[in-house]
Amino acid sequence: MSKIIIPTPLRKFTNFESSVEISGTTVLEAVKDLTSQHPDIKNHLLDTTGKLRSFIRIFVGDSDILTLDREHTKIESSTVISIVPAIAGG
Amino acid sequence: MNRLNIIFEKSPAEVIVEHLEAVFPNEGCGFFFGKEGKIRTVTHALVVENAKVGDQRRRFEIDPFDFVKAERFALEHNLVLLGVFHSHPNHPAIPSEHDLKQALPYFSYLIVSVMNRVAVKATSWRLNEKTGQFDEEKLLNHNKFLKSTTNV
Repeated sequence: MSKIIIPTPLRKFTNFESSVEISGTTVLEAVKDLTSQHPDIKNHLLDTTGKLRSFIRIFVGDSDILTLDREHTKIESSTVISIVPAIAGG
Repeated sequence: MNRLNIIFEKSPAEVIVEHLEAVFPNEGCGFFFGKEGKIRTVTHALVVENAKVGDQRRRFEIDPFDFVKAERFALEHNLVLLGVFHSHPNHPAIPSEHDLKQALPYFSYLIVSVMNRVAVKATSWRLNEKTGQFDEEKLLNHNKFLKSTTNV
């Protein structure tokens, strides 16, 4: 099982768990497993077509999946995935 | 009656003020951590680089990997990532439309007005998910964000 770290603002959708054990061989499978375990988080991560929302970034270890194979990036049982919401303002 | 309260310990307040005055006239930003409760208590602050490409006097942006590091810091130190701070150089400590558009649930958003390199006012806000607007939370020791009175 891999681990996915839930960003603090979304933890109310995971019973306030900071991380969740998930299964899957790619990032997208892992995120979908997370949304099946915690359905209320789905709308915050995936759009209506099931793709990752544009304002959400995903890191595998220290690497942004945009620099890897995007949502098809392979994961292993030791992989730690981080969900990162965009933070900005003015 | 205001049900939202937040208090900053002296050390994180000083870290925040020192940074935001130093980067003037640009906006500075970072995270703060602490304990959840009836009163949110901030014990640590982490300055991060304003990653906004372009005019940093009116915008800030946080590098996604800095967010990853902030969440790790919180987990490693058994703290809660409570929110984000940023400055409004030569503008009041009132959230902008851009601040509201980018706001996330749960987080406290500390805004410090810095006039001519001097912090003059601080306010804190949380997104009300029902109204889609900010609710101001009571900053119990706002005077800690005024450099001349940080020892008060």
